[in-house]
Amino acid sequence: MTATTLGAEQVGAGGGRNLEAGGPRKPRGNRATEPGRSLGWKLGVVAIVAYAMFPVLWILSLSLKSDATIADGKLIPREITGQNYRDIFTSGEFVRPLINSIGISLITTLIAVVIAAFAAYAIARLDFPGKGLLLSGALAIAMFPPVSIIGPLFDMWRVTGLYDTWPGLILPYLTFALPLAIWTLAAFFREIPFDLEQAAQVDGATPYQAFRKVILPLALPGVFTSAIIVFIFCWNDFLFSISLTSTQNARTVPAATAFFTASSNFVNPTGQIAAAAIVVTVPIIIMVLVFQRRIVAGLTAGAVKG
Amino acid sequence: MTTTTDAGSRRIGAPEPSGRKPAKRSTDRAQAERRLGIKLAAPAAILMLAVTAFPILYAIWLSLQRYDLRNPDDKGFVGLSNYLLVLGDGTWWTAVGSTTLITVVSVFLELVIGLAFALVMHRAIFGRRTVRTAILVPYGIITVISAFAFAFAVAPDTGFLPGSVDPLSSTGGSFATIILTEVWKTTPFMSLLLLAGLATVPEELQEAAKVDGATAWQRLWKITLPNMKGAIMVALLFRALDAFRIFDTVYVQTAGALNTQTISGLGYNALVSRVNLGLGSAISILLFLMIIAIAFVFVKLFKTNLGTVKGGD
Amino acid sequence: MSSITMRGITKRYADGTEAVSNVDMDIADGEFVILVGPSGCGKSTLLRMIVGLEDISEGEMKIGDEVVNDRAPKDRDLAMVFQNYALYPHLSVRENMAFPLRLAKVPDAEVTSRVEEAAKVLELTENLDRKPANLSGGQRQRVAMGRAIVRDPKAFLFDEPLSNLDANLRVQMRTEIARIQKKYGTTTVYVTHDQTEAMTLADRVAVLRKGVVQQVDSPRNLYNSPANLFVAGFIGSPSMNLVPGRLSGSRLELPFGTMDLPDEVAQRLAGGSGGAQAGERQVIVGIRPEHFEDASLVGDTSHGMTFTNRVDSIEWLGSELYAYLPYTGAEAIAQQLGQLAGDLDMEQSSGDESQLVTRLDAASRVEEGKQAELWLDARRIHLFDPETGEALARPPVV
Repeated sequence: MTATTLGAEQVGAGGGRNLEAGGPRKPRGNRATEPGRSLGWKLGVVAIVAYAMFPVLWILSLSLKSDATIADGKLIPREITGQNYRDIFTSGEFVRPLINSIGISLITTLIAVVIAAFAAYAIARLDFPGKGLLLSGALAIAMFPPVSIIGPLFDMWRVTGLYDTWPGLILPYLTFALPLAIWTLAAFFREIPFDLEQAAQVDGATPYQAFRKVILPLALPGVFTSAIIVFIFCWNDFLFSISLTSTQNARTVPAATAFFTASSNFVNPTGQIAAAAIVVTVPIIIMVLVFQRRIVAGLTAGAVKG
Repeated sequence: MTTTTDAGSRRIGAPEPSGRKPAKRSTDRAQAERRLGIKLAAPAAILMLAVTAFPILYAIWLSLQRYDLRNPDDKGFVGLSNYLLVLGDGTWWTAVGSTTLITVVSVFLELVIGLAFALVMHRAIFGRRTVRTAILVPYGIITVISAFAFAFAVAPDTGFLPGSVDPLSSTGGSFATIILTEVWKTTPFMSLLLLAGLATVPEELQEAAKVDGATAWQRLWKITLPNMKGAIMVALLFRALDAFRIFDTVYVQTAGALNTQTISGLGYNALVSRVNLGLGSAISILLFLMIIAIAFVFVKLFKTNLGTVKGGD
Repeated sequence: MSSITMRGITKRYADGTEAVSNVDMDIADGEFVILVGPSGCGKSTLLRMIVGLEDISEGEMKIGDEVVNDRAPKDRDLAMVFQNYALYPHLSVRENMAFPLRLAKVPDAEVTSRVEEAAKVLELTENLDRKPANLSGGQRQRVAMGRAIVRDPKAFLFDEPLSNLDANLRVQMRTEIARIQKKYGTTTVYVTHDQTEAMTLADRVAVLRKGVVQQVDSPRNLYNSPANLFVAGFIGSPSMNLVPGRLSGSRLELPFGTMDLPDEVAQRLAGGSGGAQAGERQVIVGIRPEHFEDASLVGDTSHGMTFTNRVDSIEWLGSELYAYLPYTGAEAIAQQLGQLAGDLDMEQSSGDESQLVTRLDAASRVEEGKQAELWLDARRIHLFDPETGEALARPPVV
């Protein structure tokens, strides 16, 4: 469980802008002309990139190595093989969990973002009793140790038949995904000037038209960002998945890879785990690369007053 | 067409209603707004209540029961004896110790490294976008996967460490590996929060300090850090609460062996492996209380202003 | 195009405070009316009640012959220009201006021709396909006006439209607004806190204070014949001098001299709201800075008072000269003036010495720190009741 989005205030999408623009707005002559300094910062950049990429490269390398060379301790494989990838896609131990992961994460994301969008819109725009309570409640839930509700859910799911099913995971994911989405979306919605809605009404729009033609197009980037963050959260979960599933029926990739190891004693599963890791990581990395700015804005939404 | 409206009191000295906007209005519009607000917020609120508040209450009830699914007929109210059993057991205190160790060391390292990263990201002109993208890679990777990656990287057969060194065969090495994994995975989040904090420190302050003769190091300690104290405290609070419930990495790398078991792991074992719902619930409620205590300490003692998180309205 | 009629319009909040109290106003078809007053006077609230963004607590709002109290903004057929323009950032200039027409399901061909015609009038043709973010402040302002114009609405409503522009652009856009309103002849209600805008643009100006309309009049009448102390202090820059006076018969005693009121003023006083009163009474005397003059430059000093006073400081502006004269005695009306200063968001003069602001001919040779002989035009003084603030003798409109 990583990366709980921190709530929201006016920064919101602007947080992203702050981050982008917050640094050296104007080129700073003195820095550029001091070669030593500039070199230091460049080295820092290289160090951060290496830090972030090394374990990924290592696991990529492992996934491309054959059983014979996997223990050679080299970063660059001597020969590249796709065997590990073929294995995981034919074994059935991975394909079904992958489908579960994609399906459960997507459904959760969709429901969470829609429900959270309503709530976040209300929080950002409307005055209603219980608003503060909803916000602080959501914050409290986000900070909650998931293991605290594993027991009751385990017991209830057994009785209601939700154990080892998709809904059995979607429901607990929703509780943690909702606060995340509400905070992020509320921050983004606050960025949209209220006047625009009123202008639309004066221009002859019904409240629904004002929402669809003005608010929605402006909110879409924020909604999309929240969706990515929520998706990553669901995609990442391990505890609920190993606690509330027992078969391939609903087990997701993180849980499945953990059991991968335990079950195959005769073959070293490292290459296959590495291949599985790359398969589930690459889409996320691409998403992160493409939407870098938005995700940064979403993650830090409101953490600091702008 | 000259009209002067005769509009009530025009006495200069007379008290008049002020034009300020009070919070509460009772016009139709405000009431409609309130109703709409409640309608829109209700689904989220109900869902969160149903899947969190109810299970928590249920967990409290379970923790007061003797309830072992391997022996489901022997069920009954036992008061606080589950708690006494847990608190009297050495494994609980070992778990508290290892969880605290992991939390304190990893959050400290994350703060130091995260701050360094934030400074680089804040100042770097070359590779600005690259570095901000790269830093999101650890965030996007599944925790279990990163745990495997580090376990493989330090394993004697698949790793890069020389000879037959196996960190995961000793307690110290295990903790080191777990903490390294945690730090790698979550430092980016910390550094992004700190970067957002850095962006709020006015550049003029730096320039003024420079003119006043402060060195770069002095500027960092005397200008930058004090002015982003709020952001630092919020980042620490969130990371501490998150680290304290660590489960995935330990499960994958050591499965709790060599005294590395954490509280979440202990709770999981009792609840899921040994299906002892009474005892397991007591453990998870204790963890819950400790999380609340940590949050309380931060908010009250360190005066962490959650208002900067929650928003002022 | 339509008239707008307000009867007893009131905005009251739950705690009983009134943002707008009992406003009666008739705005004629095609008329340009400006609502002006210090911040918090309720002028924006009143505008938003006209357009339907605020509920009306009491009273009747008519646009043309129709009561619109319960109509949603979209059904009132009014166009509004917001303070921050409220341009839709995701739409091009063209689509911003077309937005209301599209909502009204106007055929495409007509949308195009109306948008392009408005763009021509506003000199926006070259920018039609740009996004608002790529426009300058003045251009954004024009787009906001374009969005209002294309609809041919019953009235234009402006909420401080120029306050986000810098001073030069503000003057330029002010003439632009005047030109466009004349061209289309559309009824216009315009809110501002800037009295220069109010005086230059409006057919009539309504001055509001704490939700109450103080006076609705042409700019000229407002300036020359303010109905009460508030209007007198608010309209005009620099502000009217307000000094304590003691009136006995037609004799007026001022802190810096005594004079006989000219017959015309005395007559007005007799017929005015205060009525002729026997004996002495305290009054507040209002004198505009330009009704002073260097006595040596006045040929006929008969219908005024000549007095000598020390000059504290002078500001020579080329075309005119401001001389600041200290005087004592204002404590008699300090309470009323303090109240007024609070209402006008002004700083209150402290201490027991007050300052008279006079505008003299640039040829005047008065000197700082020296005594000077000045003349004030007694025909142009304003008298106010210190208790109610009402004008006692309103000078005729010049």
